[in-house]
Amino acid sequence: MAENLLAIEDLKTYFYTPSGVVKAVDGVSFSLKKGETLGVVGESGSGKSITAMSILQLIPSPPGKIAGGRIVFNGDNLLEKSEEEIRRIRGNDISMIFQDPMTSLNPVLTIGEQLTEVIVLHQKLDKTAAAARAAEMLRLVGIPEAEKRLKSYPHEFSGGMRQRAMIAIALSCHPKLLIADEPTTALDVTIQAQILELMNDLKDKFETSIMLITHDLGVVAEVCDHVVVMYAGRPVEYADVETLFEAPLHPYTWGLLASLPKIEERGKQRLEAIEGTPPDLRHMPTGCAFAPRCSKAQTVCREKQPLYRQVREGHYVACHY
Amino acid sequence: MSETVLNLNDTQQPRNETRESKGLWADAFNRIVRSKSSLIGLIIVAIFLLVALVAPVIAPYDPINDSDLVKRLEEPSGQHIMGRDSQGRDIFSRLIYGSRISVQIGVISVSFALILGVSLGAAAGYYGRWLDGIIMRAMDILLAFPSVLLAIAITAVLGPELRNAMIAIGVVYTPHFARIVRSTVLSVKAAEYIEAARSIGCSDLRIIMRHVLPNCIAPIIVQTTLSVGTAILDAAALSFLGLGAQPPTPEWGAMLSDGRSYIQKAPHVMIFPGMAIMFVVLGFNLLGDGLRDALDPRLKQ
Repeated sequence: MAENLLAIEDLKTYFYTPSGVVKAVDGVSFSLKKGETLGVVGESGSGKSITAMSILQLIPSPPGKIAGGRIVFNGDNLLEKSEEEIRRIRGNDISMIFQDPMTSLNPVLTIGEQLTEVIVLHQKLDKTAAAARAAEMLRLVGIPEAEKRLKSYPHEFSGGMRQRAMIAIALSCHPKLLIADEPTTALDVTIQAQILELMNDLKDKFETSIMLITHDLGVVAEVCDHVVVMYAGRPVEYADVETLFEAPLHPYTWGLLASLPKIEERGKQRLEAIEGTPPDLRHMPTGCAFAPRCSKAQTVCREKQPLYRQVREGHYVACHY
Repeated sequence: MSETVLNLNDTQQPRNETRESKGLWADAFNRIVRSKSSLIGLIIVAIFLLVALVAPVIAPYDPINDSDLVKRLEEPSGQHIMGRDSQGRDIFSRLIYGSRISVQIGVISVSFALILGVSLGAAAGYYGRWLDGIIMRAMDILLAFPSVLLAIAITAVLGPELRNAMIAIGVVYTPHFARIVRSTVLSVKAAEYIEAARSIGCSDLRIIMRHVLPNCIAPIIVQTTLSVGTAILDAAALSFLGLGAQPPTPEWGAMLSDGRSYIQKAPHVMIFPGMAIMFVVLGFNLLGDGLRDALDPRLKQ
């Protein structure tokens, strides 16, 4: 079994707002092995992105603060590192792709300038070598006429090409971990498939692990090895992708799976939505966070928070049943 | 879907050629030339700068020493196309030399305000919190004074001299730059590409210099251009009040002041410097407005 590249242990990221402490991430634990793709799933506000940003310590502070836990990357706890050390890790060992390629490239710098910037920051290369590497990266992500394209500005690129360029930037220093925060959400469906395929190819080429944040279970089924399902700032289930889709244990995971539209049921009935809304992260219910929306909830669910425990080898769940 | 494909296609062929031949500045220049009012502004400013540059060549007389007190306040004629002033000097030559002083005032005082204001505004906007509070409250205090009054007070304290007038104008203009830069930095700072820059390991200084400020450049340039115009106006006002350039310096405001006693008898002594000030300020304003439109990145395509 491959060793853990990244292990998050009981991570707590809180936001201190005038109306109370928002526990955006409250006790998240999961790990990611070398070379694997981990899907992080959950609805908006479940703490997926905040977990990702906590890893690179990009949480705006104040009001955000990592209140506890450990993030062990390659054997080192990232939370104990200085700003300077973290800066050397960002973009070099761990890099990130953002949701909206239309806004995550700087409009006043050319693609080439942005691509060489990360290379020059982390590698001891002179300008010409960095430019060559930049062109090489653009070619790898499937942008034709790479040398010419280096001189283009982001607005001359389409959405899909921009996301390709973002991937090129993220991978240009051969990071060990790529965090992709909903990388395909803003793209249309055919481009989504291309981008996912590209990420998968490059993952093998560069031996990069991927942490893929998404709310699209279809994407998860396609590319992930393991999945962690998050709800209200906590993980509720973790399993490999087959187990999760075939034998989910947590009622929330059932709900997510049931809410996927199926072609054979078209027109017969309405989509099965999970009733209700996620809880207010400032005033969490005492028991299980999902209990108010759970059809199977019992008294114990409303009174005691369920433990996040291993039920089978590699299958964790936080539910009393 | 079909849209994306279209985009891909037309970015690949024709636009490449145009893109390579022109940069941001060439595009902006084209847009300025195409708009009538900003073209007029550009022409006025260009003439003004040219005159300042070649003043000794085109001025027919010495601005200070060629005086003939007997012919003081002489009306415009073929020899002295703008007439003579109260000391019998050629007004046209004095105006030409005065343009050099105005350029100097505009450049120095606005550079002063620009450097100070941009640094303060960027620091306040980027770091926020208490630093923002301290800097911006200080700027608010400066803004609470009527600008000319504040400039008068500063010049009075430092002593009536052209250099001090420029410092005073620089100080008075600093909060305007700081405010504009701060607000632009605030909006740029929230952009996703700034977070992306942080995520690839850029330091704060690098993010400010390379990612934030270049995205704030358009309002800064516009404010600079407009400020040069008003700085010249304000410096003229200070000189008019006797706090800026001292006689016999051919400064436009001082010339205006010199002519004010003869407004009935010899209006040309006031009219020509007044017109010079008006046209130059108008030129910078038109150019500034034109630049505002031309540098708007949303107009790119």
